[in-house]
Amino acid sequence: MLRIRCPWCGERDETEFRYRGDASQSRPAADAGLEAFSAYVYERKNPRGWHLEWWLHVGGCRRLLKLVRHTLTHEIRWVGNAEDQASLPREPGR
Amino acid sequence: MQGPARIAEGLLTDAARPLGFRFDGQRMQGVAGDTLASALLANGRRLVGRSFKYHRPRGIVTAGPEEPCALVDVIGAGGREPNHLATTLALYQDLVAESQNRWPSLGFDVMALNDRIARFIPAGFYYKTFMAPGWAWEPLYEPLIRHAAGLGRLDAIVGEHAALAETVHDHADVLVVGAGVAGLTAAHRLGASGLRVVLAEQDTVLGGGALLDARWAEWRETTCDALAGLPRVHCLARTTVLGAYGHGVFAALETLAGADAANLGRLRERLRIIRARRVIFATGAIERLIAFPGNDLPGVMLAGAALGYLRRYGVAVGRQPAFFLNTDQAYESVFALAGAGIERVGVIDVRSGSLAAERARVLGIEVHEGVVVEAVIGRGAVGGVRVANRDGSQRREFEADSLLISGGYCPATALASQLGAALKWQDAIAAFTPELAPAAGRVAGAARGVFGLAAAARNGEAAARVIGAELGHASLAAGLELALPPDAEATPIGALWEVQARGKAFVDLQNDVTAADVRLAQLEGYEHVEHMKRYTTHGMATDQGRIGGLVGSAVLAQARGLPLAEVGQPKARPYAQPVPLAALAGSEVRQHLKPKRRLPLHDWHEAAGASFVTTGLWLRPLVYSRQSGWQPVLREARAVRTSVGVTDVSTLGKIDVQGPDAAKFLDFIYANTFSTLAVGRSRYGIMLREDGMLLDDGTTSRLAQQHFLVTTTTANAAAVLEHIEFHLQAVCPQFDVLLSDVGDQWAQFAIAGPRSREVVTALVADLDLSGQAFPFMAASAATIAGVAGRVFRISFSGELAYELAVPARHGLQVWLAVLAAGRPFGIRPYGLDALNTLRIEKGHVTGAEMNGNTSADDLGFGRMLKPQADFIGRELSQRAGLHAPDRLQLVGVRPVNRKRRLRNGAHLVAAKARTVSLGYVTSSTPSTELEGWVGLALLEGGRHCRVQRLLASSPVHNEATEVEIVSPHMIDPENVRVRA
Repeated sequence: MLRIRCPWCGERDETEFRYRGDASQSRPAADAGLEAFSAYVYERKNPRGWHLEWWLHVGGCRRLLKLVRHTLTHEIRWVGNAEDQASLPREPGR
Repeated sequence: MQGPARIAEGLLTDAARPLGFRFDGQRMQGVAGDTLASALLANGRRLVGRSFKYHRPRGIVTAGPEEPCALVDVIGAGGREPNHLATTLALYQDLVAESQNRWPSLGFDVMALNDRIARFIPAGFYYKTFMAPGWAWEPLYEPLIRHAAGLGRLDAIVGEHAALAETVHDHADVLVVGAGVAGLTAAHRLGASGLRVVLAEQDTVLGGGALLDARWAEWRETTCDALAGLPRVHCLARTTVLGAYGHGVFAALETLAGADAANLGRLRERLRIIRARRVIFATGAIERLIAFPGNDLPGVMLAGAALGYLRRYGVAVGRQPAFFLNTDQAYESVFALAGAGIERVGVIDVRSGSLAAERARVLGIEVHEGVVVEAVIGRGAVGGVRVANRDGSQRREFEADSLLISGGYCPATALASQLGAALKWQDAIAAFTPELAPAAGRVAGAARGVFGLAAAARNGEAAARVIGAELGHASLAAGLELALPPDAEATPIGALWEVQARGKAFVDLQNDVTAADVRLAQLEGYEHVEHMKRYTTHGMATDQGRIGGLVGSAVLAQARGLPLAEVGQPKARPYAQPVPLAALAGSEVRQHLKPKRRLPLHDWHEAAGASFVTTGLWLRPLVYSRQSGWQPVLREARAVRTSVGVTDVSTLGKIDVQGPDAAKFLDFIYANTFSTLAVGRSRYGIMLREDGMLLDDGTTSRLAQQHFLVTTTTANAAAVLEHIEFHLQAVCPQFDVLLSDVGDQWAQFAIAGPRSREVVTALVADLDLSGQAFPFMAASAATIAGVAGRVFRISFSGELAYELAVPARHGLQVWLAVLAAGRPFGIRPYGLDALNTLRIEKGHVTGAEMNGNTSADDLGFGRMLKPQADFIGRELSQRAGLHAPDRLQLVGVRPVNRKRRLRNGAHLVAAKARTVSLGYVTSSTPSTELEGWVGLALLEGGRHCRVQRLLASSPVHNEATEVEIVSPHMIDPENVRVRA
């Protein structure tokens, strides 16, 4: 089970959060067309490694958090707010 | 000394407290402290069960939770519970247990025929045999397999009989798993330094290997006493760590001792969720078997188990035991049995010239070196062994009444593996050890291949030092400074996995997998260890193949011509031990399965005789009657159609949306437009998911220029809030908008019916409710029966209707005022059933129609989608496929014969093609005004359907009703009433 360090509430169990998907995806402009929206909704990289993701703290502050998590080891390298900029670590991760 | 084989005082047993029990109907006696297995062995009982596939006679093989064979049914007051391990089941007075998997009796078993035809039921037998025809599965193959296979019998123990369990949460700096010398040492050093330590031990007592060596008795007692005196150390015996879930979270199962259980209202199990900053796995090592013909005969047992039965329970497993072993460590059992007065002890050592063999000879023990056991002599029980040189030469036979085997020791790596530890091959012990990432914790003692108690104690101390330093204790408090009895110098293991000779050599005793099965799997292409496991079922039984797992891998490695290090072991996953479902459920059973949400008026509804239904966790009044059938529902619904009714709609989701950008934000969230909504007006809105499908609907009101109130359906309230919050924060962070969930803050009532205006007028003094001043879809603040609240003129029923909202704490007062004001008109409270009847007649949709597969267009909302601006789901809702003319679209249905009823879920089919579904009925009800039943349905191309009549076919009810396809708006399609 993940333990997520919410910047507002402190370290909490994964069960308090709702996973909201890949945070590297951003919604296309209104006129971007079908292909762009289709990619936004359906196409995911599903990486084995570092992943930028959205987690909504529904059982706490209800803030949307951005996480850098390793999909293999579950290491959480960074937690920030929705508007924070994050970059994925270069190394493959433990 | 209860039982003929009880030759000494056991460490755990109390000879002064005899306990009577029954096994397969036979009365026997054991003593307090016994397990069922030790008591059976004390009574000389060898045969305790039949095997899974071949129904071969089986005995007790181990003395702990790794037992593959001695599974029994326990018959208690609550019924029969299968698959108890005799080796861990604490004996109690009047215990009744039965052997498993035999018919008609343990001694004579019909299915033992399987053993004779074994070559016709090889690995993968089911895959190969029960193939085509597919139809035969249900009537033929499955019952056949189910009858032949399986272990215990499952009676109705689940309901009222399930034992009580609870869940508790523990927090620690360090979790130490295993209380052998390594774990005890580590826990003491860390605890004495002030760290919070949880020490979990699956055994009933702490000590591990120290329990089996008399030289360590004093060390064990002193250390355990010292631990008990440390306030921040929590020692948990009978507690098995089941899973390691990462981020320092572990699950453990504590089985309560009889006395504790009695004091705690028969509580039997405790699921412990442990959160720890670090972990030390001091889980020890598990002795493994050797595969040779007859290694499953009752009387064949692991050497370490024999030592355990002697030291712990004073039971000798044989009077003339033969040992078959390949390590010096296994000689501890030899010396213990010889020391306890068993005279006729013989040893077959795979190696030659070991130090231990030399010590054994000095004691006068007969040792045969450089030989292996080729066969076990005897039917049903061990009578002797045939040994030979490793090349098969120089065969000779020896008498023996038991065969105690040891193929070496495998560090218990399962938990570390769950945390992603790689397994590293160690030639010195012929086993894998885990390489755990330091951030997760450490592995200590035999679990990392450090054999010998003194060495393990030092290793546990070393682990404590590094963990202590990581947690800010650069130097630990002083230890107990106890002298450690020295470990004997040992000759290395002589690795031996299998003796190939005629007969079945088992690698998995519980699932009856032989070495030959493993080779067959390899031959048939299942070469990977994970594929071999699944093809043969090796290691898939409840014991998870702990005593033979590596042996199977070794046989596979040999067949593939690869080193064992390369073939590896199957991945270990939670749970490390079978867990009763009752323990996982804890107290969250029956009425506590889910939380319940009660309406502000719950008590009133209950007193008024309501039956309740759960929607979105809310208990909603279904109908104000305990009487079944449609009459009470129709009475309520007709009150609304003809006069006035009132219903509690407080369960609707309500989200307060405020801010300068509130209107813009709602335009983005909803498919239709809200920025054009005037203050004091409400509008029906639909939301889509980004993939273009319908998410939810509801009415949203503009209370002020920058203040909206969004309502959602009851069932989707939480999901919609989450959806909106996500989009505000992730997609529209530039919008200055605040959201607040006010669902629980407001009690809300719908007053519906042609007389509703008169009722509401009587309650609201400060608002002109005339049709002109307060038209359909008007919204306003108002004082309602003296309470500051809101009035909305909205309607779900299709009648003239109002919704009144007041702060929840005033709900009852206002509800009573509504009833009083409505009395002259015969007002009736109505429940969810009547609400449903009214909305179906009117053609309003709910979750039955907005089921996640329907688009706005499918339900007739296509024109609501605003063409001019962006909103969630806009682009993908325009996909051609979502506008295909043959999509399932909303229609109304009525039986042609008005006396027939409709069924939800009935498929719409043409009379001449009854197996081709054209759609289905989503909602149905008897009508208040129309004759007979009415329903809503989703029908292929329904809106422009040329067919007037179809069959509504419900095979489960054996019904096919002819229906006519009509508009879904079956009552007042011109919306005259709501605008009255």
